Amino acid sequence: MISIDPSEVRVRANRIRCHIVNMICAAGSGHPGGSLSAADIVGALYFGGMRIDPARPDWPDRDRFVLSKGHAAPVLYAALAERGYFPVEDLVSLRKLGSPLQGHPDMNKLKGVEMSTGSLGQGLSVANGMAMAAKIDGKDFRVFVLLGDGELQEGQVWEAAMAAAHYGLDNVTAFVDFNGLQIDGPVTEVMSPLPIADKWLAFGWHVIEIDGHDIEQVFRAIEESRTVEGRPTAVIANTIKGKGVSFMESVVDWHGVAPKEEQRNQALAELTERRPDR
Amino acid sequence: MKKIATREAYGQALVALGQENGDVVVLDADLSKSTKTIEFKKVFPERFFDMGIAEANMVGTAAGLAAAGKTPFCSTFAVFATGRTYDQIRQSVAYPQLNVKIAATHAGLTVGEDGASHQSVEDIALMRVLPGMTVFVPADAVEVHGAVAAAARIDGPVYIRLGRFPVPVLHGDDFEFVPGRAVELRQGSDVTIIACGIMVAEALQAAEDLSAEGINATVLNIHTVKPLDEAAITRAARQTGAVVTAEEHSIIGGLGSAVAEVLVENCPVPMVRVGVRDTFGESGKPGELLVKYGLTAADIASAVRAVLKRK
Ligand SMILES: Cc1ncc(C[n+]2csc(CCOP(=O)(O)OP(=O)(O)O)c2C)c(N)n1
Ligand SMILES: [Mg+2]
Repeated sequence: MISIDPSEVRVRANRIRCHIVNMICAAGSGHPGGSLSAADIVGALYFGGMRIDPARPDWPDRDRFVLSKGHAAPVLYAALAERGYFPVEDLVSLRKLGSPLQGHPDMNKLKGVEMSTGSLGQGLSVANGMAMAAKIDGKDFRVFVLLGDGELQEGQVWEAAMAAAHYGLDNVTAFVDFNGLQIDGPVTEVMSPLPIADKWLAFGWHVIEIDGHDIEQVFRAIEESRTVEGRPTAVIANTIKGKGVSFMESVVDWHGVAPKEEQRNQALAELTERRPDR
Repeated sequence: MKKIATREAYGQALVALGQENGDVVVLDADLSKSTKTIEFKKVFPERFFDMGIAEANMVGTAAGLAAAGKTPFCSTFAVFATGRTYDQIRQSVAYPQLNVKIAATHAGLTVGEDGASHQSVEDIALMRVLPGMTVFVPADAVEVHGAVAAAARIDGPVYIRLGRFPVPVLHGDDFEFVPGRAVELRQGSDVTIIACGIMVAEALQAAEDLSAEGINATVLNIHTVKPLDEAAITRAARQTGAVVTAEEHSIIGGLGSAVAEVLVENCPVPMVRVGVRDTFGESGKPGELLVKYGLTAADIASAVRAVLKRK
């Protein structure tokens, strides 16, 4: 059972959003939209959802998180820093020469990053491999993976979906960040991955649909996925791209541009105003 | 002389490795009977995973297994093992330096009748360019055993290039496979023939034939194309003053290119590359294809005569 108070996680998720806006602004480039849409999911995983210990990033029995949509690196870095893997002050080194915070996650440069990602479509295969290793070794760790909805267009995702069901990887939980947008426009216009839930069902997965901004629903999905036997679980998380920053919400062009300083200030003001702890 | 295909040896070597190393797992993409990983499956079914006809996912899964402490060997035909999965190998294996072994069989033209779609003559080039990738091209069954064992000892990505065509066993059982070390099979002062894979036996034959003409060749067997034994290659070039390379691969990007890169910086000498000359293969018997595409002992011997004129 997840014992942490969801309201505490909401505060963390809000801070994660502030970090995202701040660090991408400092970097002058990066992907705010898909980082913000995933802040509640990733926040819930790092605060309560996963069995982890920031002091022991190499602990063999830890749960794993694979950020398959690697362009959302800022949400991962912000969560790791908030959780205590490294100082939050280091977040602004994002994308700078020599920084461990590479533009896309590098598992060899930053402790806590489980897999190097950035080329879309590959993370679920890797998560499956980790889960298979757990089964071989009789370990009970769980592997979580976050995919984009546009990313579902990659054929490898479905190769991996088939394999996870075939091998009964009930220690895999795949979140789909269903924010409806990719770079060239809405996913339904570019190359529709719909219906999403039916596809995972047809591939033999247990499927849960949630509001990806409701921490309690994210927690419930994680807990439910831990109880499913013989099948992997897909959590289709309905989200809003750019969530939390009014002028970014559901705007395609905020996929991959950095806010200017003024925009950052406005975004931080909005996020601070909405602080759930006040 | 006894002949055995390197893929046959691979199946046996995997079983031997599996016996001594419990971390070894094997993945295949619906070709286990051809790649011979089925031998491993027979003995260690719980450590064998058929991933179906989904090579990209196979490589990604291997990356995850490696990230969680396993030593995965992935096998399929070379053309698919490197072509269909190039990005997965680059992004999910080589860049994170994960401990994944890609052991690809059916490399080169000697796949034969299946034709060009199945004849990989680019795989060495594709793998060699990846940072941190070790590239083994065993010349015989003994070297396969050495390469498989060495691959498991290396903590990082390894590509092993294997063939379907039976080749002579060149080494005795006492042969020591040292990764990155060229093997001098013959010494001569006129020219150096540098070969890998099935072309090593052809190179030895060529050297034998040339000796009847009074031409004495050094033969270097390069079972490790990367990291390349630059010192041995440079030394041989300096001693003989002329080099011929021989490979069952495109002359673009493979062994010939790698040797040329070393020599042009260290010891430029007249050189000729024997290999597939910027073309795809076709259906035919392996022996016929080797003749048609200029990959026989006779072709190596003519290349030697040509290079000696430029000395
Ligand atoms: C294989 C690959 N192709 C293209 C890209 C470039 N790219 C980066 S993000 C992106 C869109 C991703 O859309 P989605 O998966 O919906 O992510 P989100 O909306 O959550 O940001 C693309 C095409 C990539 N990183 N990898
Ligand atoms: Mg999207």
